[in-house]
Amino acid sequence: MKEQKRTLNARIISDFIFNGLVLLISAACAVPLILILYFIVSKGLSSISWTFLTNIPKPVGETGGGILNAIIGSLILVVMASVIAIPIAVIIGVYIAENRNTRVAKLARFSAEILQGVPSIVIGIIGYIWVVRTFGGFSAISGSIALAIMMLPVIVRTTEETVSLIPGSIKEAALALGVPYYKTMLSIIIPSGFSGIMTGIIISVARVAGETAPLLLTSFGNPFISTDPTKPIASLPQLIFNYAMSPYQSWKDQAWGAAFVLLTWILLISLLSKFLTRRWKIQF
Amino acid sequence: MSKTTTQVQGGQMRSIRFNEGLFKWLMTNSAVLLILLLGGILITLLIGSWPVMKHSGFGFLYGSNWDANAEKFGSLPFLVGTVLTAFMALIISFPFSISLALLLGEFYKKGIIADIFKNIIELMAGVPSVIYGFGALYFLTPRIASLESSLGMPAYGVGILSAAIVLAIMVVPYWTSVAREVITLTPNDIREAAYSLGATRFEVIRYTILPYTRAGIIAGMLLSLGRALGETMAVTMVIGNANELPKNIIFSPSNTLASVIANGFTEAGSSLHLSALIGEGLILFLLSTVLNILGKQIIKRMGAK
Repeated sequence: MKEQKRTLNARIISDFIFNGLVLLISAACAVPLILILYFIVSKGLSSISWTFLTNIPKPVGETGGGILNAIIGSLILVVMASVIAIPIAVIIGVYIAENRNTRVAKLARFSAEILQGVPSIVIGIIGYIWVVRTFGGFSAISGSIALAIMMLPVIVRTTEETVSLIPGSIKEAALALGVPYYKTMLSIIIPSGFSGIMTGIIISVARVAGETAPLLLTSFGNPFISTDPTKPIASLPQLIFNYAMSPYQSWKDQAWGAAFVLLTWILLISLLSKFLTRRWKIQF
Repeated sequence: MSKTTTQVQGGQMRSIRFNEGLFKWLMTNSAVLLILLLGGILITLLIGSWPVMKHSGFGFLYGSNWDANAEKFGSLPFLVGTVLTAFMALIISFPFSISLALLLGEFYKKGIIADIFKNIIELMAGVPSVIYGFGALYFLTPRIASLESSLGMPAYGVGILSAAIVLAIMVVPYWTSVAREVITLTPNDIREAAYSLGATRFEVIRYTILPYTRAGIIAGMLLSLGRALGETMAVTMVIGNANELPKNIIFSPSNTLASVIANGFTEAGSSLHLSALIGEGLILFLLSTVLNILGKQIIKRMGAK
């Protein structure tokens, strides 16, 4: 009896220790995140000012340099990438969901899965060979094509998942009323899945907005404001990289400021996606 | 009056039929395009790395000497650097990922604590790689440097350990989400049977859940490994950009397949050097694709049970 009680106590204690450990180790995961957020807020906020947001970089030593070129560049890159990727990706997603068992659909879904795991630097190489080398120079369009390739698989897979959850009765009802197939897809199925598809799009935008590696090899960077898609263009993540790796303290301070802007942007995009999912969720 | 109703309808029917055909054509061909895109990536990498394969032969894979000026291209230092950083990162991140996965998949499936940790993980996944690298450069490398000098080694700060720690942090959200998913796949009757026999939660996890999800956790490890191999920016910033075999497998500055591309691509002097870097890209592509397929296969088989 005593023996039994002792083992029981040991089991309870080990359970208690285990539970505590899991909680403790899990909580420890938040430490690096909190540290990074702390650096960005404490060091980034102090370098952010109106001049910082509305000026282009100045040479080391001069005050008043800003990151406007990178903000505009990042916006242009992401918008162009979205324009390229979204229509194709949504159509592919609908195709896979609608033709689940054909060989093309299976292969396309497999390709999307593989493409999602391809390292971003490899996509950069592809952008370099396909676009930069073909047109003879670094350009904004090559950067946005690389980003578009990274957006594709994310949107394809969320669209496919969303569309395959829509009950078949909705589609059948439309077809039975004599609505042509393409109209059924474009004005009934895609709108019904709007919140899911939109979430996928926003997630992919948030993901490529912070992407640096492919841009090193494609859009290259530009110290001036450029809106020409055939010329090199600056971007926020790349500016952070260049400034962080520079030996100058003033540039490093500015990199924190740029990191603050970039992270705020990405967080706002993610919040938007949560809001959209809640607001426009259609329950079946 | 000139057109009858049927004529109008006929015209409409034709345009509908045309749109219908166009739409179906677009759908099928976009899907084919996606397949061609992946095939095109592989073929482009193969063609791009052909010159260096011809120049160095298999020595490109196992040669330990990388000197662009002398036209010597051996990838071994980068393979070693990649494998060391990635595996070290997995070892560091294992306890954290599994704890978080247990916490979210078993301890707290709903409620405030679950929401807090879910948000933490989402935030961790959302922070861009370049910001992780910057944070590590600012906070981690000086501490590693002082650790190195207290151990009597040259205090680089940057190197394999720094890269592995950053990678470990970046891998946590990914591994956690895969592991959490397989933990929730554990059938409830097994779990409840164990509880009803009087097992404590620790014993339930130790003797039913972990054995049941072992394959899934390994699959998560493979997928995370694929991620870690290809992670570029954060690693590039803290690995030290050294093109030789590491002398010390924990602290030496090194280079990974991804970081050597990021560091050298736009500065490559010769087309052979460029081709060698594309060759590193090909190795990276093949490695991450194989790991990806393996991991996904294991998870699919688990889900089918």
